[in-house]
Amino acid sequence: MDISIWFFISSGLFLGWSLGANNAVSLFGTAVTSKMIKFRTAAIIGGIFVVLGSFISGAGTTNTLASLGGVNAIAGSFTVALAVAISITWMTKAKLPVSTSQAVVGAIIGWNLFTGSPTDFNSLTKIVSSWVVSPIISAAFGFILFKIIKNTVLKWKIHMLEIDTYNRIGLVIVGAIASYSMGANNIANVMGMFVEATPFSDVNVFDIYTITGTQQLFLFGGFSIAAGIFTYGHNVMKTVGSDLYKISPITGLTVVLASSIVMWLFTSQSLETFLLKNNLPSIPLVPLSATQSFIGAVIGVGLAKDPQSINFSVFGKIGVGWVVAPLTAGLLSFILLFFVQNVFEQKVIQPVPYEITHSVIQKLKEDGIETEKINELVGERFYHSKIFRNEIMKRNQYSNNEIYLIFHYAIIDSFKVDSTLINENLDSVLFSDEQLKELKNHHGKSFNHKIDFEKTIFGSSDLWVKTGNKLDDKELEEKIKLVENLFRITIVKFNN
Amino acid sequence: MFLKQTKKLETQIDEYLDLVVKGGLVFKLGMKCYLEGQMEEFENHLKDIRKIEEKADDLRRNIEIKLYTRTLIPESRGDVLGLLESIDKVLNITSDTLLEFSVEIPHLIPELKPEFINISESSIECLEHTVGAIRSYFKNIDAVRDYIIKVQFYKKVTNKTAETIKRTIFRTDKELSYKIHTRYFAFHIERIAEQSEDVCDRLSIATIKRIE
Repeated sequence: MDISIWFFISSGLFLGWSLGANNAVSLFGTAVTSKMIKFRTAAIIGGIFVVLGSFISGAGTTNTLASLGGVNAIAGSFTVALAVAISITWMTKAKLPVSTSQAVVGAIIGWNLFTGSPTDFNSLTKIVSSWVVSPIISAAFGFILFKIIKNTVLKWKIHMLEIDTYNRIGLVIVGAIASYSMGANNIANVMGMFVEATPFSDVNVFDIYTITGTQQLFLFGGFSIAAGIFTYGHNVMKTVGSDLYKISPITGLTVVLASSIVMWLFTSQSLETFLLKNNLPSIPLVPLSATQSFIGAVIGVGLAKDPQSINFSVFGKIGVGWVVAPLTAGLLSFILLFFVQNVFEQKVIQPVPYEITHSVIQKLKEDGIETEKINELVGERFYHSKIFRNEIMKRNQYSNNEIYLIFHYAIIDSFKVDSTLINENLDSVLFSDEQLKELKNHHGKSFNHKIDFEKTIFGSSDLWVKTGNKLDDKELEEKIKLVENLFRITIVKFNN
Repeated sequence: MFLKQTKKLETQIDEYLDLVVKGGLVFKLGMKCYLEGQMEEFENHLKDIRKIEEKADDLRRNIEIKLYTRTLIPESRGDVLGLLESIDKVLNITSDTLLEFSVEIPHLIPELKPEFINISESSIECLEHTVGAIRSYFKNIDAVRDYIIKVQFYKKVTNKTAETIKRTIFRTDKELSYKIHTRYFAFHIERIAEQSEDVCDRLSIATIKRIE
C-alpha cells in the first residue's frame, strides 16, 4: 500500500472535520440554542446519524467535488480539499455558517484557472443562483409555516408541557434525519476523490455482509464529520441561535421543519418521479444549499414572529461570509496548487487529450460559434488543457461559455460498442427490445468523441428521441447515461 | 416514554393547583366556623389547611426540581416557577390568616360578621380564579384573560368590603386597640386578594411572552 495515500486522505478528513464544525448549526443549532437539547446529546445524535448516512447512503450520491469540473489527479483533489477545508475552518473561526458548496465551487474554479481547464458557466450560474434562491424560498416557507403553527397548533388546547415534549421529539427526529442526509450528501465531497485509491480492502463480516473498501473510507470520513460536530460545532450555533435571532423552542422547530421541507420539495428526485407518475404537477427541481436554506428559514420565521428582533447586521456578516468563503477557497486553491505542483512536484492534473475534428466544428457551428479561425487546428491533438486553450485563444477571443463548449466537444472521450456487454448489463425491463436491438446493430463501432458517439448511436433512430413527457424524458436520459457508461473506454470521466 | 413522564408532571402541577383551591375552600369553612363560634371545627380546619400547605410545598419543590433537572419548557421555565411560587404565597397567607385567628382570637362585633363572611368569600373567589388562570396558561392561553378580569373584579369587591369593615369599626365607640385589631384582620384577609392580583399581573406578562 502506498503510504502517501494516507497523507492525501488527511486533507479529506480535515475537510470532513471543518464541514462538521460549520454545518452542525443547521442540524441542531436551533435545538441547542433554545435549550431544548443539550449540546452533548445533539452532538451524539448528530454524530451517529452522520456516520450512518455516510456509510449507508454515501456511495449513492453524485454530489462530488468534481461536479463543476474534472479534478482528476489525487494531488489536485488533495489541494482542492485542503483549500475548501481551510476556508470553511476560517469561517467557523469567525462563527459564520457557510455552505460547503460555496467553498467547493470557489476551490474548483481555482483549480480550473490554475490548470487552464474551462469552467461550465451554466452550472456555475445555477449553483450561485441557488445561494440566493435557497434562503429566499426557505424564508417564505419559514414565514408561512410559523403563521400556520401559531394559528393552529398553539390554539389547540394542548398542555404546554406536552407541546414541549412533542417539540423536543420533533427537533431530535428532524435533526437526526438532517444529520443522516448531511452525511450521505457530503461524504462524496470529503472522501469521493480517494475512492479510486482506497487503502482499505473489503472486509467480510461473518460471511453475511461485505464492507467494501469504499464504505470503510466513507466510514472514516463520517467519523471526521462527527468529530467536527463534537469539537467545534458549538461555535457557529451561537451566531445563528442567539446573535442573529433569539430562537425559542417553537421557532426552533419551525425553522428546521421549514428548511427540511424546502430541501425535500425542491431537491427530491423521488418526489418528482412520484408526482409525475401520478399525473400530478411536479415541482421544479432547483439545486438548493442546506445551510443557506437554514439561514433563510431563521429569517423567515423571525420576520413572521417579530421583525424587530432580527439582528440584520449579523445577517449582513453572514452574507459577507457567503461571498468571502468561495473567494478565499478559490484563491487558496490556486496558491496551494502552485506550491504542490512546483515545490512538491506533484501532478495536480491528469493530462487529458483534446482534438478538434470536423464533427466538433460542425457541432460548434450548430451552436452558432465562430469556427473559421480554429479550422486549422483540426486533426491536431493536445495533451494539456492550458496549451489547447492558448492555441484557441490565439486564434480568436472566445467567451468563457464558448471555450467551455469547445473543450466539452473536443475532449477525447472514447467509446466502443460491444454487443456482448448489452445482455449482461442492460436491463431488458428498462430498455425496449427495439432499443437493445438497435444498440446491437452498432456492434464494433468505436468513437473518440462523445458527440460522435451520441450522434451515431442515439441520433440515427426515433427510439432515443425525447417525447416531451417529463417522466419519459427523465427515464430516457438515465438510459442514455447507462449506455454511455457501458461503452466508455477512456479513464476520463467528464461530467454531463 | 417521554410523554408518560410529561403526563406525570402535568398531573403533579394539576394536583398542586387542586391543593391551592382546597386550601381556599378550607379557609372559607374555617372562617364560617370561627364567626359562628364553632371553635373545635375551626381548629380542625386550621389543622387541615396547614397539612394542605405542607403537602403543596413538597409538591411544588418536586415540580420545580423536575422542571430544572429535565430542562423542560426552557423558554417559560422561569415564568412557571415564578407563578408556582407566587401562588404558593397566596396559600401561605390563607393559612397564616387562619392561624392568626386561632392565636389572637379577635372578638368581632356581630354587625361585622356578615362582612367578614363576604370578604372571605370574595378573596377566595380571587384565589380560585387565579388558579383557573394558571391552568389556562398551561393549556388554553386564550382563556387566561377572562380569568384575570374576574380576579380584578373580585379584588375590587374585596377592597370595598375591607373598607366597609374599617369604616364601620372606626365609627364605633370601642377602644382604639380593639379597632386596630379588627382592622388588622380585615387587612389580612384582603391580602389574599392582593396577592392573587399580583400573581395575575405576573401571569399577564408571561402570557404576552407566550403569545408573542
